[in-house]
Amino acid sequence: MTEKKSSLPENIQRKIDQWVTRYPTEQKRSGVLQALMFVQEHNGGYLTEALMDAVADYLEMPRIAVYEVATFYSLYHLKPVGRHVIDVCTNISCMLRDSQCIVDHIKKRLHINANETTTDGKFTLREVECLAACAAAPMMQIGKKYYENLTPEKVDTILDGLE
Amino acid sequence: MSDIEIEIDGQTCTAAPNQMVIQVADAVGIYIPRFCYHKHLSVAANCRMCLVEVEKAPKPMPACATPVAAGMKVFTRSAKALAAQRAVMEFLLINHPLDCPICDQGGECELQDLSLGYGKADSYYCEGKRSVKDEDIGPLIATDMTRCIQCTRCVRFGTEIAGIRELGATDRGENMEITTYIKHTIQSEVSGNIIDLCPVGALTSKPYRFTARAWELVQSATIAAHDCIGSHLYAHTRDGKVMRVVPRENTALNETWISDRDRFSYEGLYHEDRVQKPMIRENGKLKEVSWQDAFAFALQGLQRTLNRSGVAELAGLISPSATLEELYLFQKLLRSVGSTNVEHRLRQSDFSDAMSVAPLVFSLNEFSDADVILLIGSQIHKEQPIAGVHVQKAFKRGAKIIAVNMLDYDFHFSLTEKMIVAPQAFVSALMEINEGKNAMAAVLSSAKKVCIVLGAAAQNHMQAGLVRTLAEQIAKKYNAALGIFTEGANAMGAWIAGAVPEKQMPTSAKAYLLLNVEPDKDCGNPAATVHALRAAEFVVSFSIFHNPILQACAHVIFPIVPFTETSGTFVNMAGDWQSFTGVANAVGEARPAWKVLRVLANYLQLSGFDYESSEEVRREVKEKSLARVPVVVKEVNVVADIPKNKIYRVGDIPIYEVDSIVRRAKALQAIQPVMEGELAAVRMSTEMLTQLQLREGMEVRVKQGEHSVRLPVKLDTHVPGGAVFVPGGIEATKELGNLFGEIEIEGID
Ligand code: SF4
Ligand code: FES
Ligand code: FES
Repeated sequence: MTEKKSSLPENIQRKIDQWVTRYPTEQKRSGVLQALMFVQEHNGGYLTEALMDAVADYLEMPRIAVYEVATFYSLYHLKPVGRHVIDVCTNISCMLRDSQCIVDHIKKRLHINANETTTDGKFTLREVECLAACAAAPMMQIGKKYYENLTPEKVDTILDGLE
Repeated sequence: MSDIEIEIDGQTCTAAPNQMVIQVADAVGIYIPRFCYHKHLSVAANCRMCLVEVEKAPKPMPACATPVAAGMKVFTRSAKALAAQRAVMEFLLINHPLDCPICDQGGECELQDLSLGYGKADSYYCEGKRSVKDEDIGPLIATDMTRCIQCTRCVRFGTEIAGIRELGATDRGENMEITTYIKHTIQSEVSGNIIDLCPVGALTSKPYRFTARAWELVQSATIAAHDCIGSHLYAHTRDGKVMRVVPRENTALNETWISDRDRFSYEGLYHEDRVQKPMIRENGKLKEVSWQDAFAFALQGLQRTLNRSGVAELAGLISPSATLEELYLFQKLLRSVGSTNVEHRLRQSDFSDAMSVAPLVFSLNEFSDADVILLIGSQIHKEQPIAGVHVQKAFKRGAKIIAVNMLDYDFHFSLTEKMIVAPQAFVSALMEINEGKNAMAAVLSSAKKVCIVLGAAAQNHMQAGLVRTLAEQIAKKYNAALGIFTEGANAMGAWIAGAVPEKQMPTSAKAYLLLNVEPDKDCGNPAATVHALRAAEFVVSFSIFHNPILQACAHVIFPIVPFTETSGTFVNMAGDWQSFTGVANAVGEARPAWKVLRVLANYLQLSGFDYESSEEVRREVKEKSLARVPVVVKEVNVVADIPKNKIYRVGDIPIYEVDSIVRRAKALQAIQPVMEGELAAVRMSTEMLTQLQLREGMEVRVKQGEHSVRLPVKLDTHVPGGAVFVPGGIEATKELGNLFGEIEIEGID
């Protein structure tokens, strides 16, 4: 067999190489979560099949195993998303604290439904399961930040403050 | 650790300390319902159907994932257990479509059965159900994924048994789906097993689909006929016709699995090519006649030719997948007439290691404690899929696999060391190992237990005699178990029956007897064989199927039946004599070959052919049974003088082109190109392309001696320099010569 060349960009390969040093060599596939994260960031916030395949091949794991991971976690996006992904929790605690009102408010404000992106490519809205901030329900996550004890007014201020 | 005692439903059971409750219950015959548990797969414990009450445990416990403990008391039918099972059943049915009347699994569905036994008639659930899009995963397996209960047996099978992970569980929670995710045709050569594993009707057999209901079928035991493993099968028949084939459990051979080839080849049995009536050639044309007339005609023709040319001019070729009884009577007939020209090793060309090398008895068990497995000229997954499963298992356990091959096959395991050389360098590669000089030798010497697999390419190689001798020397040197994995179902039986010549077969003869031989597809040198048959004066063929070459040059065609329609015996590579009975009705006027041979012998007035049954034949073989000739390990010191500057052909037989039945099985034919790519091509490496100044896609003339065919060129990085891969056993290359040998490539202007 000829040496397979990876289609991943050099710098991503180096990042992955460095990351997987924390696992035993024969378990380098444990680095798949972080590798997908690197690749997603590099690709403007979402993953493609080709990129997932490249990660699978790079970490020498079955491609389907990477698809499983990428589809399981909501932190990976399989389609292009807006600059800011708004994840509103609609699981039990938040639901009891009327997360529906928050979702409805955002929909109305941005003129999109869940799993849609605004035409200017700024926001994507999603409903997600419990993000483990029940004590401060209702809550949402935008990017890497949590926003808690939400009210429609609070949501407006937050969204106004985003680039 | 010593055994412990536990109690299940009041019954005291002995258990090994690491066992799960369900294993102990199974052993004593107490049934605990289950979906995800399977004794040959890892424990997933995701269906929760096996919940049982365990004394002192606050909640019901999954029996498949609860290890036994001394003094443990388990209740499988207590009120608490039953309530838990009923609740799980209700839960599993929430998203199930309950479309049993239109489901192919109906009547043999674990979900249906357990629902009846452990479920309840109604459900609290009244919301909408989810539905899942079906995927096309190829011509063998149909999917109805809405029915899936996500037990993940199919997924675990891929990882753990097949060694190739194609299905997975994507998404999560309510959206979880069993899928290939991207469009993908399942390529494992043992993929059909997920049909049996799937407890519901999510994965069903595409060819069998909607052709019968489980309760209309009669189940009969039989033996697989396409490789030397001899997997145990059940044939399911309706009105005397095979409707499908499923595995029959056998711990030593196939466990609960079978290859796709053994599962789906039955479609070939009823191909329109089946010969239904005896035929003779009159005025150059074949015509149907009665059995009597055919026998009389055969008698006349044979006598005429042999009287004129002598008995040495009679030769017999017989399929290595014929039964022991057929092989025995075939050679007995020839020998009684006075000819010793009888051969079953149709694809082999070199017997220089004396004629004495019968296949070795090799038990698949040898793989179970091997720490190094050496493959010599073997694509084990394709030649012997079930042996491949055993090697895969050894690999998972940590065994190192190394290979000397003439194509860089894609195995499901990874190789620790490999030598990929052209045919002309094959012998020297083996000599290097034998001399202990290379990295491979180092791996071998560090091993505690070595197994060596000699595959088809090694046996069909133009220096097979040297290859075998070297393999034996290597085996001796490293104290290895050597397995010669022969083509066909019964090469071992052929040796026992004596279907081998005393000296090399003549290249041509005046009269031929052929038994289930398609000269253009089954022979190692089809062009030469066809040429000899065309030149012969009298050719008698015992045929299951019509074949254009035989249509053109046979003088008599006797319709015989395949293994499913006769009683007989196959002897596998482990030396097991596996007898079977006919499971289906004969097609047309076709008859078991052993009977036809007996009657022909009677016509020829040969004595000792008064058999009443195939058992009687078998008994006679058993009494005479040639003790295996001990292998003479010769000294090899000559490097075979092979011109190194020539190009050599690697002529592997594709997985679903190995014999007359498989070649006619529709679904297998449909998946063949997916498994191995377009076959009608001459494949070579980039270096060879440059060397020969060719481009991919170009048509070239491929020549062996006087024989030539036109083929397109394909780039294939699996082919080493100095060689080209031109498959055998197929239409496009049937006019070529030896599978392994010199070959020329000429551009066409
Ligand atoms: S397809 Fe069948 S075997 Fe596979 S997970 Fe679903 S129910 Fe289980
Ligand atoms: S339910 Fe919303 S954070 Fe837990
Ligand atoms: S069989 Fe035990 S959880 Fe599925």
